[in-house]
Amino acid sequence: MLTVRGLTKRYGDTEVVRGLDLDVRRGECFGLLGPNGAGKTTTLRLLLGLIEPDGGSIELAGIAVPQHAREARMKVGVVPQMDNLDPDFSVRENLFAYGRYFGMEKAAIAARVPELLEFAGLASKADAQISQLSGGMKRRLTLARALVHDPDILFLDEPTTGLDPQARHLIWQGLRRLIADGKTIVLTTHFMDEAERLTDRLAILDHGRVVAEGAPRALIESHIEPVVVEVYGEGLENWTRAHASQVCQRFETVGETLFCYTDNADTVIAALKHAPALRYLHRPSSLEDVFLKLTGRDLRD
Amino acid sequence: MTHFFRLPRLSWRFVPVWQRNYLVWKKLAIPSILGNLADPMLYMLGLGYGLGSLLPDVGGMPYLTFLAAGTVAYSTMNAATFEVLYSSFSRMHVQRTWDAIMNAPLTLDDVMLGELSWAVSKSLLSGLAILAVIWGLGLYGHFWMTLWIIPVVALVGFCFGGMGLVMNALSPSYDFFLYYFTLVITPMVLLCGVFFPVSQLPLPVQAVSAWLPLTHAIDLARPLVVGNVPDNVVLHVVALLIYGSLGYVIALALTRRRLLK
Repeated sequence: MLTVRGLTKRYGDTEVVRGLDLDVRRGECFGLLGPNGAGKTTTLRLLLGLIEPDGGSIELAGIAVPQHAREARMKVGVVPQMDNLDPDFSVRENLFAYGRYFGMEKAAIAARVPELLEFAGLASKADAQISQLSGGMKRRLTLARALVHDPDILFLDEPTTGLDPQARHLIWQGLRRLIADGKTIVLTTHFMDEAERLTDRLAILDHGRVVAEGAPRALIESHIEPVVVEVYGEGLENWTRAHASQVCQRFETVGETLFCYTDNADTVIAALKHAPALRYLHRPSSLEDVFLKLTGRDLRD
Repeated sequence: MTHFFRLPRLSWRFVPVWQRNYLVWKKLAIPSILGNLADPMLYMLGLGYGLGSLLPDVGGMPYLTFLAAGTVAYSTMNAATFEVLYSSFSRMHVQRTWDAIMNAPLTLDDVMLGELSWAVSKSLLSGLAILAVIWGLGLYGHFWMTLWIIPVVALVGFCFGGMGLVMNALSPSYDFFLYYFTLVITPMVLLCGVFFPVSQLPLPVQAVSAWLPLTHAIDLARPLVVGNVPDNVVLHVVALLIYGSLGYVIALALTRRRLLK
């Protein structure tokens, strides 16, 4: 559905995208993860043919981009990071206006609108102005708008950033419905739970290239020990010095927390028994641990 | 910068952009028409009657007629300029409507052609309203001749729409447009023969005036009101086309640099 080879984009001397390869299969939900500035949004803009690459090739729905970007965009629905619904139109009018941009006839749009409003849970808000909608409603309308021309593939740029948990779950529900309907989805996110929940496969991007790629579970299994014990509290420094290298297979101290990665948490917990001032959290390792291992813990601005 | 330049690729995809602006305008058509037209009309009638009663013929015609012909061009210029400055800027920068449209199969070329064609439409409306007053007050020489003012108005709208889009591309905020008004639009109103004949100005200033687009617009519109065939029609038409097209092409490159880098 999407094939990217050696994609490169430079701004002045900085290479924002550095030889990116991606393969997204039909019907798959594919995640692009990465810290701020990893090149996620630039990659999406390149895939849509909005900006020209300095090298590499893109084939989207069988169409070469940016050479035939217009034709390719006919087959793609986009949910941008920042809401850009048309504030001069009502909910319903937004869907009509967007359908017209795809060259759809009025009757064809009218036939789709009830279904889209139902999908977005906005049937009762059809004539509301955009300013009357909550953040979650706006997102859902943006998602419905992206579906107006029944695209084969959807690009979502951080679809749930800035939403409250209830609103996020509604968006996820919608996306799962689309996946069940056979749509292909490419989404960027920096929420690991979102990626773990939704994506079949994902690529972790850093500094404009893919540093790891695979199914979320497989990435966790191949990159990291199965269990983490997070240790914190009074006297952590001394304990770390004395025990960490013996009981952990790998450990990291971040701020006031020790992350102890291991196959067997029992040894760690047994060792902690002798340090009652320390508190700990024992949990299976997650995608977030993989992400932080691969992209580092430095703050990205 | 140079790689942002390329010849516009025009397509019919611009039509839904025009239609979008039309549908939004339609919701507020009455106040919008009053707001756009009352101002030039008041100036024209107030000055035309008030000042006109004190003056002999100006440029070989009653002052009201002289001013009406200037006002056709002037209000057309203003209508196009306001549209591509404030309204297009809202859509491009504040509301991000252009970004949304470009995720559909439209290019920036299409979006800006849609904006330009909408500016031409607003100009037509504005020019036609003044023309209606000219007809109503019988300020014209030959009725059939005044119909040529309609394409002239569209051309003037195209010219100033294209030029204004350059400002739109460069602007960091609404305040920036004030420069364009004080440095370009207002001087033109005073130098191009809206209120008084250019021949009253010092010779060097007349030489500058001859290059300004509003002068070309008025040189076309005024004879048509009086009932004469304008001199140098081709020169004026080509000049207005060049200003407008160059504006559009430069604006396209600057906006591409702004939005699509």
